[in-house]
Amino acid sequence: MTSLLQVDNLVKNFGGLTAVSNVSMHLDNNELVALIGPNGAGKTTLFNLLTGVIPVSSGSIVLKGDDGTFALNGKPAYRIAKLGLSRTFQNIRLFKNLSVLDNVLIAMTSRSKEGFIASIFRLPSYYKTEKQLVEEATKLLTIFELEDDMDVLAKNLPYGTQRRLEIVRALATKPQILFLDEPAAGMNPEETANLTQLILKVQHRFHITVLLIEHDMSLVMNLAERIYVLDHGSLLAEGTPDEIKANHKVIKAYLGEGE
Amino acid sequence: MKTNFKYNIIWFIIMVAGFYLMNTLILVGVINTFIENMLVTIGINIILATGLNLIIGFAGQFSLGHAGFMAIGAYATAIITQTATTPVGFYLSVFAGIVVSIIAALIVGIPTLRLRGDYLAIATMGAAEIIRIIINNMKITGGAAGIFNIPQLASWPTVYIMVCVTTIIIVNFIHSRGGRAVTSVREDEIAAEAMGINIFKWKLAAFVLGAATAAVAGSLHASFLQTISPNDFGIMESISILIIVVLGGVGSITGTFVAAIVLGVLDTVLQDFGALRMVIYAVALVLIMIFKPSGILGTWEFSIKRIFNRFKRKERVEQ
Repeated sequence: MTSLLQVDNLVKNFGGLTAVSNVSMHLDNNELVALIGPNGAGKTTLFNLLTGVIPVSSGSIVLKGDDGTFALNGKPAYRIAKLGLSRTFQNIRLFKNLSVLDNVLIAMTSRSKEGFIASIFRLPSYYKTEKQLVEEATKLLTIFELEDDMDVLAKNLPYGTQRRLEIVRALATKPQILFLDEPAAGMNPEETANLTQLILKVQHRFHITVLLIEHDMSLVMNLAERIYVLDHGSLLAEGTPDEIKANHKVIKAYLGEGE
Repeated sequence: MKTNFKYNIIWFIIMVAGFYLMNTLILVGVINTFIENMLVTIGINIILATGLNLIIGFAGQFSLGHAGFMAIGAYATAIITQTATTPVGFYLSVFAGIVVSIIAALIVGIPTLRLRGDYLAIATMGAAEIIRIIINNMKITGGAAGIFNIPQLASWPTVYIMVCVTTIIIVNFIHSRGGRAVTSVREDEIAAEAMGINIFKWKLAAFVLGAATAAVAGSLHASFLQTISPNDFGIMESISILIIVVLGGVGSITGTFVAAIVLGVLDTVLQDFGALRMVIYAVALVLIMIFKPSGILGTWEFSIKRIFNRFKRKERVEQ
């Protein structure tokens, strides 16, 4: 058990409905894993469980990160984020009325050590930490070619750029694991191709583990080292892209049974 | 570092210049006691409304209980300065008011800030009523009759300085790490939490800071008017502070200043109209809400830095 993230027998019930049942999975260091499945399979629910947005009914999530081992189930979302799990959302959740720069700075809030007194009285340490934060944010935005849009309000960015900014914002928290919820949704083939390059760049440059939900099979088959298939809340299959392509159960779940 | 210093100096000069301008106008006789009273009321309203704007406009938490925290400050000053009738006693009472209102804000905020929108508004309104009724039934506060003959230790310079100090604290907070965290809570709670922000802690921080400044305004109110009673701090007072915030622009401190001044002047000018005053006041509000629902200034802020940058850009273009 040396996995970065180890999930065992995860269950989530909404009243009588079991949205996620007995899911066990693991993520290793610097790995790119995809989570696929038909609509309503429970993929986003699983993401929400892992990142603490909704509480787990039963099961365990254990992170073995750089700073030690932590049980994540039962922890509030902001604690989980601080421990190094960051995410994007299926229906983009940027801070719409704030600038691009502010969006990234907010993601750095929990790491910054700027004191209350120092900022109220504008002590020299305030200007110092503030300058460091802006420099770090600018550097990150430059990597993703957003440096010219720093003062633009997030809501005024084009759709594809908003998705890119959401990834940058997630990276600003210095995560160990990045969760991407349908990053290619609503994109044209060219944008999807750019996104593929972007995700690879993120994984290599920042040495982080990526778990992504995606319906675009060309993107998944190109990128993923390993794939989990979820259907009706439980794991249907796990394997490399080639194994998944040949798996009869997966084909049945997506296309139904032949007569 | 040096450019930051430059902006701070400019702001400081503006504040000092404003002080001397007013001082001269009073000495020359342009500002009489009547206008001076109006200016003090405007100043107190600015302190109240900037604090409430932090809670409503920046943290996005709809609070209707601001008058309750104002009452705590007012009664702290009224009680303490009756026995300690010195400027030191006054500042001590301001401090005491701040401490008690912070404690009250924590007691009110911890259970209620988990609520959202309308529910929070009703809960904070109830909390302010509880504070008012407690004051109404205590001996030390003089019950329903209130407290008379409070020594006047706060004149317009005290109010002016307090307006500057509380505004500086709130604006600096907004432009810091805490302010960004608070604004992110307003924008999207789920996303803020996913970015590692303890949304409950920051909501509470904004609420407590707002309550503390309301207590300062209450102290000034008590000391300047010299008479207070529990009825001064009812729901109508909370609403009139809310009106300033909404009218000026939810999320604009500059707007709060403008609205407090406009309403203060309007209020004084309309005093000659007697009963018609409230009708005209209400019509003015309705008109502004129809034609500019985001408030007079929306979320626009006055910034010296921006003006300077614009000048620089122009110079560069001309060269």
